[in-house]
Amino acid sequence: MSDGTTRYAITLVVNGVVREAAVPARRLLSDCLRHDLGLTGTHVGCEHGVCGACTVLLDGEPVRSCLTFAVTVDGHEITTVEGLAKDGELSPVQRAFTECHGLQCGFCTPGFLCTATAFLRDNPVPTDEEVLVAVSGNLCRCTGYQNIVKAVHRAAEIQAEIQPGLTAETGPGESGRTA
Amino acid sequence: MKPPPFEYHAPVSVSEALEALAATGPHGKVLAGGQSLIPLLNMRLVAPSHLVDINRIGELDTLTAGADGVRVGALARHATVERSTEAAAVQPLLRQALRLVAHPVIRNRGTVVGSLVHADPSAEMPAVLALLGGSVRLACLGGEREVAAADFFTGPMESAVEPGELAVSAFFPAPPPRSGTAFREVSRRHGDYAVAGMAALVTLDEDLRIASARVACVSVGPGPVVVDVSDACARRPAASVPWDAVAAAVRDRIDPEGDIHATAGYRRHLTGVLAERALKDAARNAGTEAAHE
Repeated sequence: MSDGTTRYAITLVVNGVVREAAVPARRLLSDCLRHDLGLTGTHVGCEHGVCGACTVLLDGEPVRSCLTFAVTVDGHEITTVEGLAKDGELSPVQRAFTECHGLQCGFCTPGFLCTATAFLRDNPVPTDEEVLVAVSGNLCRCTGYQNIVKAVHRAAEIQAEIQPGLTAETGPGESGRTA
Repeated sequence: MKPPPFEYHAPVSVSEALEALAATGPHGKVLAGGQSLIPLLNMRLVAPSHLVDINRIGELDTLTAGADGVRVGALARHATVERSTEAAAVQPLLRQALRLVAHPVIRNRGTVVGSLVHADPSAEMPAVLALLGGSVRLACLGGEREVAAADFFTGPMESAVEPGELAVSAFFPAPPPRSGTAFREVSRRHGDYAVAGMAALVTLDEDLRIASARVACVSVGPGPVVVDVSDACARRPAASVPWDAVAAAVRDRIDPEGDIHATAGYRRHLTGVLAERALKDAARNAGTEAAHE
């Protein structure tokens, strides 16, 4: 018989690494990542789904880690901001945020980076309107959105340079989704 | 801002979930996408002693579009239904409304059926179900019942789901021929709850006059408020409908409340404006449908 203090042994594949933790059912995924697994790149802002700072990728799709129980996603793949750079090289989205001054204090940045990474994978050649909608669920209180929007467009350019021929028609699009 | 402790149940089948819900009765709460429930838990506005997590129940992750309508399983995420071209072809109002549900990231996790059961008067999907005359299928140990939308929304944040019951799917009927739908809303910021919102369904006759017109209003009552404005449209083509009278007919049927976001008077005004806009959009879409016949 379980109760509110029972700990559940869960296994998550975080940034490609199998990680195990023993968590109470009420442990939020955001807290599991930060406190149980020591991955403090995921930031916690509002803890009710409004600010977007805690956004991570769950099986490739961006979700609020503060509105997800760790035990619910036992066995699933998580990508955090720590998993975006490969072999010490910043990802196209990270490079673009650096180039365009898309961050200042950096608190909201992990959420923006994860959101934009999934968005550009599904929509490699976005319009202005699509970029605005894509980042509308992430709040920034100091950089301002102009440079963030510029950074998302710049990331699309960098991505296209790295993977020439990637267009709206030939990109991963719908088929690349896990839904 | 951490959830209170609860006893956790992780059924892998509907029958296991129903057993857990029967055993916990009024103390059990279903967790689906969690995009409404977990904020309430984090803010300690609710503290159920048992949570029944249905995320492992693959048989509830369904979406079926047929000629008569779209049936959405309890684990179908907003984003899945929004992206489904099959569902949009049968009932375009689903995609029109889902685009306005919170933000894309929330829609990746939140479920359509969860939104219906949550029955927030500011939410879009209850209005869609009510406008279309859809229904929700509720299962319990040893039984199942289909509850019509008109009986499902019983008050603000209250639905007809009884302790021990699980909402397993919802059905959104296809519109009649020569019909069009639309959804319009006004919110303080994109993705916020609507200050006022409007779903509309218009059906034209063979001479392209408005044969029937109905709206469902959001954020202006204890639940979605459905108003039939067919008579006010006076069986005229959209171009010569007395829209002022139609908007007035809708305004007369609502009883909005004021809050920090908007006064009751402003909500009433918006509702009239949005009714006209949504009905015009729906009539245009109906005209396009009729032209394809």
